[in-house]
Amino acid sequence: MKARVTVTLKNGVLDPQGKAIEGALKSFGIEGVDSVRQGKVFDIELSTTDRAKAETLLKAACEKLLANTVVENYRVEII
Amino acid sequence: MKAVVVLFPGSNREGDAVRALEMATGKKPQIVWHAEKELPAGTDLVLLPGGFSYGDYLRCGAIAGRATIMDAVRAHAARGGLVLGICNGFQILCEGGLLPGVLMRNKDLRFICKMQHLRVERADTDYTRAYTKNQVIKVAIAHGEGNYEADEETIKRLEGDGRVAFRYCDEKGVVGGLANPNGSTNDIAGIYSDKRNVLGMMPHPENLIDPLVGGIDGAGLFKSLVAA
Repeated sequence: MKARVTVTLKNGVLDPQGKAIEGALKSFGIEGVDSVRQGKVFDIELSTTDRAKAETLLKAACEKLLANTVVENYRVEII
Repeated sequence: MKAVVVLFPGSNREGDAVRALEMATGKKPQIVWHAEKELPAGTDLVLLPGGFSYGDYLRCGAIAGRATIMDAVRAHAARGGLVLGICNGFQILCEGGLLPGVLMRNKDLRFICKMQHLRVERADTDYTRAYTKNQVIKVAIAHGEGNYEADEETIKRLEGDGRVAFRYCDEKGVVGGLANPNGSTNDIAGIYSDKRNVLGMMPHPENLIDPLVGGIDGAGLFKSLVAA
């Protein structure tokens, strides 16, 4: 079973990297970009085939390590 | 004072920490590997040194904050034991749940390595007794992620409970504006735990203990600890 975890900064948390990328896109003449927020994607392969188990363990992985919930949100997708 | 320095893969300031502790205590502190389960018996102070533990992968201090030894460090802190995290050590304390908040990327995205003035916010803790309140000290900073952030309530609590240890300031002790190198909330350079036995700070007092390298303003912190 494969899963994808996406970790993004919470709204309101300053994202200087996203800002720099946003500025770069604008300077490259790519028009219509209002804002950019940078995040992380983790592609994870799981040994279980049980969906509920997978969701539980991925949530634990996010809470324990993958996201810092002080400033980040996470989303789990089982693919 | 029995001090130990914890070594993680990627720590690189442990030598400076050992030297500063040895100068202050007269004894060479023991180095403890991150995979150990226990601290040496009779440990008074645990120092988490600067560096780039685990290559700063995932987030600064994220993996080290969950290392095996950290359970013992958390238990030591819960008993009232002293824990000092410098630079990456501060990031590890935040990621490891010993201090609130998080160290984010510097506001201007640059790694900053320079001398920096700090204002000592209180001189009645085990870490600052050798200073005076509002004393301005000059130490070194060297970090890419030193921008302290926490939710509004946490900042209010830290301020209300007198848990800000040091603030970035200019040579006259004035905080704010250009004196803040990294965008840190309320110019925070270091914070205490609720009982003030845990201190996390981005600047490097351990590098300013010898007149040969430009000042001894960092020595006061280690002198304070010896008296603790």
